Amino acid sequence: MAKRSAPEVNAGSMADIAFLLLIFFLVTTTIETDTGLNRKLPPIDDEQVEPPIIKQKNIFTVLINKNNQLMVEDELMELKDLRKAAAEFLDNGGGVGDDACTYCKGKKDPKSSDNPDKAIISLKNERETKYGTYISVQNELVAAYNQLRDRRAMELYGKTLKEMEANYSDVNWIGNKDNLKEKIDRIKIEYPQKLSEVQ
Amino acid sequence: MAKFNKKKSGDLPAISTASLPDIVFMLLFFFMVATTMRDTTLKIENKLPFADQVEKLDKKDLVMYIYIGKPQEAFQGQYGKESRIQLNDKFADLSEIKAFIAAERASKREELVPFLTVALKVDEGANMGLVGDVKQELRKENALKINYTTRKGEVTGNTKN
Repeated sequence: MAKRSAPEVNAGSMADIAFLLLIFFLVTTTIETDTGLNRKLPPIDDEQVEPPIIKQKNIFTVLINKNNQLMVEDELMELKDLRKAAAEFLDNGGGVGDDACTYCKGKKDPKSSDNPDKAIISLKNERETKYGTYISVQNELVAAYNQLRDRRAMELYGKTLKEMEANYSDVNWIGNKDNLKEKIDRIKIEYPQKLSEVQ
Repeated sequence: MAKFNKKKSGDLPAISTASLPDIVFMLLFFFMVATTMRDTTLKIENKLPFADQVEKLDKKDLVMYIYIGKPQEAFQGQYGKESRIQLNDKFADLSEIKAFIAAERASKREELVPFLTVALKVDEGANMGLVGDVKQELRKENALKINYTTRKGEVTGNTKN
């Protein structure tokens, strides 16, 4: 009897099978989004503190109604105009004497905010407002602050605030970190984020 | 001469592809190991809105996730079409947030508790009423660091109405 050798199994398609699995895993892998807008909620005060008196001209009211329309300072506004309007309000610097703002580049309108430290943006929404619109508005307002901070940082240090913060958190960055932190804090004090939400 | 001829007639030896499966398997195992599966199964629709002024959440282990959105179609018969809160793997009421925060805090080392951040993963179609209630609940629990998780992009990408 002739010795029959067992036929060799063709392994050529193994690669195809493995590729199939590989592609399956590549496609089903979901990359979690881990970016977002950081905010800090105000703590609940039990004590009845007399709210400080704020001049009407230092408040920038933004109201989003249930139809997702914006009412800014009692006027209807489109979302795309909000960033500019907010930046103009914050950078107005209409104060005199102690309230004067030396670094503002605004119109110095006495009817608008005194200085960025006093300027408060008040955001109010209705229960039926869509979350998407709310985030858009938040984003625009944060953008207005960031724009002014970046401009100031460029003026003082020739870098944007984002670059400075990236340097600060970078372990390989060579330079004086305490010094850098001071610079970052200075910008943040000059244009503080005062965004109040009405419940 | 004979040697010459022999060489010419001989076919070019085929490159062995026998190790190709090994290479592909190596890649496959890499992806299988490196893939982190979602630890929560979403029972709600979760289409995050766009924003461009975003910051990165760096400490992943110090984040608590609260999902809000319309129940997925399979659950709509039971839970309706209104936006709901999802904590871990199940639908939850507002009153359960308190226990959720407490449980998350208890599972972390004590010195890390002040750094805990709440990531709100809210569907862009959800109403602000529910989000506002959740925020109020978080204030009561003194969990004040929050993050509205968004996708990176222009705000014009957010659907109107």
